[in-house]
Amino acid sequence: MTTPTATVPDAISAEPQPVTLPEQAVTPDETSAPEQGLLEPGFDTLALHAGAYPDPTTGAILVPIYQSTTYVHEAVGKNKGYTYSRSGNPTVTALELRLAALERAQFGSCYSTGLAATTALALALLSAGDHVVLSDVTYGGTVRLFQQVLSRFGVEAEFVDTSDLSELERSLSRPTRLLFLETPANPTLKLTDIAAASELGHKAGAVVVVDNTLLSPALQQPILLGADVVLQSTTKFIDGHNATVGGALFTNDAKLHETLAWHRNATGTIQSPWNAWLTLQGVKTLPLRMERHSRNAVEVATYLERHPRVTRLLYPGLPSFPQYELALRQQKSGGALLAFEVEGGTEAGIRVMNALRLCSLAENLGAAETLVTHPASMTHAAVPTEQRERTGITDGLVRLSVGLENPADLIADLARALAA
Amino acid sequence: MRPSTRCVRATDSRDPYGATSPPIYQTATFRQPTATEFGEYDYSRTANPTRALLEEQIAALEGGRSCLAFASGMAALAATTRLVESGEEILAGDDLYGGAARLLSRVAPRQGIAVRYVDATDPAAVAEAIGPRTRLLLVETPTNPLLHVADVAALAEVCHRRGVLLAVDNSLLTPVLQRPLELGADLVVHSATKGLCGHGDVLAGAVVTNDPGLADRIAFHQNAEGAGLAPFDAWLLLRGLKTLALRVERQCATATRIAEQLASHPAVERVHFPGLADGRQGAIQRRQARGPGCLVSFTTGDPERSRRIVESLSLFTIAVSFGAVGSSVSLPCHMSHASIPPELRGRLAPPPDLVRLSVGIEDPQDLVDDLEQALLVATAAAQPGERPTLTAT
Repeated sequence: MTTPTATVPDAISAEPQPVTLPEQAVTPDETSAPEQGLLEPGFDTLALHAGAYPDPTTGAILVPIYQSTTYVHEAVGKNKGYTYSRSGNPTVTALELRLAALERAQFGSCYSTGLAATTALALALLSAGDHVVLSDVTYGGTVRLFQQVLSRFGVEAEFVDTSDLSELERSLSRPTRLLFLETPANPTLKLTDIAAASELGHKAGAVVVVDNTLLSPALQQPILLGADVVLQSTTKFIDGHNATVGGALFTNDAKLHETLAWHRNATGTIQSPWNAWLTLQGVKTLPLRMERHSRNAVEVATYLERHPRVTRLLYPGLPSFPQYELALRQQKSGGALLAFEVEGGTEAGIRVMNALRLCSLAENLGAAETLVTHPASMTHAAVPTEQRERTGITDGLVRLSVGLENPADLIADLARALAA
Repeated sequence: MRPSTRCVRATDSRDPYGATSPPIYQTATFRQPTATEFGEYDYSRTANPTRALLEEQIAALEGGRSCLAFASGMAALAATTRLVESGEEILAGDDLYGGAARLLSRVAPRQGIAVRYVDATDPAAVAEAIGPRTRLLLVETPTNPLLHVADVAALAEVCHRRGVLLAVDNSLLTPVLQRPLELGADLVVHSATKGLCGHGDVLAGAVVTNDPGLADRIAFHQNAEGAGLAPFDAWLLLRGLKTLALRVERQCATATRIAEQLASHPAVERVHFPGLADGRQGAIQRRQARGPGCLVSFTTGDPERSRRIVESLSLFTIAVSFGAVGSSVSLPCHMSHASIPPELRGRLAPPPDLVRLSVGIEDPQDLVDDLEQALLVATAAAQPGERPTLTAT
């Protein structure tokens, strides 16, 4: 590996903040709770409190927005932990602490976008000649990054069906530096067994990364299942309000975290403080939202599955899903995403999408509003046609990110569109 | 439209309410008209209306056709290095910002890009250094922190004769004072964190060009690697730009006064300031720029004395970065340039006794007084037994 070391103690070198929960965030209230009861705060509690503590100057409950690029030094060479917001920013740190706690990781780092996080991970881990194995159904932006940008660094990306453990093992028989899993896969929702794949990856000497964007830590915690790194596009469920684009990486490996911070600093892709603050607010309702997303998705999926015009329905939360047993084992529930095809193929699918009124046609997922996407022309347009066809991202596939509306309204909208 | 007029006219002519300050499109995604037709915007990583307005504004100020705004100046520079393919080479000026030197020496080589440094103030040396694999010349002018001046027109001629792209980092002077594209540069790179923003509240970067092909390639990487600027930050920058011309004008006037004060002070060994440059560099500076900018640096011959000066100042805060409304001071060797990799230190590192001042828009007399007292304290402390006489407030 040719990863540079971060040793220069200066304003623009990376000074990774040790990520531990601030005491204030988890100290039990002695009068109301027995100490042992709060030693392991619950997920919902962490979503509200991890990383935040009353502002030492004013007592403000919310973390201030440190919209400041630079910090006064007390003397030459003496600062208070922050020197320049490209290296670290107190508001961004608060978000990193909170999200790391949710992913059950010691360290977190936030980026301008999910793809900036993936780029930092690749720069930190990969050198020319390295072999990377990725799920063959992966977000189109990730595919483009590996096939059109990182290939120029001499990185070789192999896309395999990671849900098939024997096929995965065959690919891992070559020295592999990175195993990149996305489960459920977007948009076909195929699952990969994180624990089993991690074991295979580790045997091959690979760092195992799981893109956990589709479920968020509220429904799946890959680090507890054996992954080394978790990737989040915080743009999706973590923010949850469709208000920011952002990304994050989590790990328990201190050295890897330091290298990630070095690259984030050197290439300047830290998240902006304003976006970090919005995300800190958004993530507070993550547990509630994910529960509702899943419940709504079950209702919508059940409706679609029974609809005579729907020819194919994919949702991991229904017993009809081929990998339902695996979903029960590694996910808390089915999540917000489902995909379907209608009779009449592509043209009919497009007619249905255009007839929807409540569901917004947009290139995103994970928002409070229901969003409908045509993967072949939108989110996965960057994936080569051959790879799309082989992996089931057919031209007629419609992806639904089920939002927080009343499910009866969503079903009425779908019923009308399917009848159109 | 002249720059100071353009600066205050940043409104979105399509805004349905005619808001004179543009709306902040704090949205990740945009609703599409139909399943197969796309609107102008689909996803904010790719493009966002608030960011687009900023990009249009910076392009107009630089006299360029296209601008792409990034999450930081380093992200803008990293995207620029993507124009160079594996096996090709970047030539860089040898008095370069520490973060840029780090990117070029530690990150670019892993993409198979070779990097060499050259004295960019000497076009003949640049011509000689250009090899068959050279694809890009990256220079700052004036340089930070030594404020050497490079002849952009002459470099452009040398580069274009050999099919090399010229990128000029214009963070220090800003388009109000210098427009490198008009002098022949192919690309202008900004740390917009500095003068363009001017308020110390936004990290941002920009790449400006007249070449649609180059703009497309930079836009591809802005999208593919996800390093574009956030909408709120774009909005803050648009607001900051409204006073760019005023701020720069005041900063130039005060910096000139301070440079003269330092030049005549016995505790100061040497002052670096484009406005005081004589000879060839002075002539080039006067020809290609409309003012000297906000940075003044000086040596004292004694690193310890320099440190005492820095720590005795009260209005100049010790901080990295430059170009903000508030004055700041730094010892570049310990701060902004400490990230220069060790093997390049001898060549690229600023002298250890160099003090860099970024002059803000405070009352000029207050800044002059603050410097006077700090120089006095630092000089007096060097002679034990003598108490400094404080004449300034």
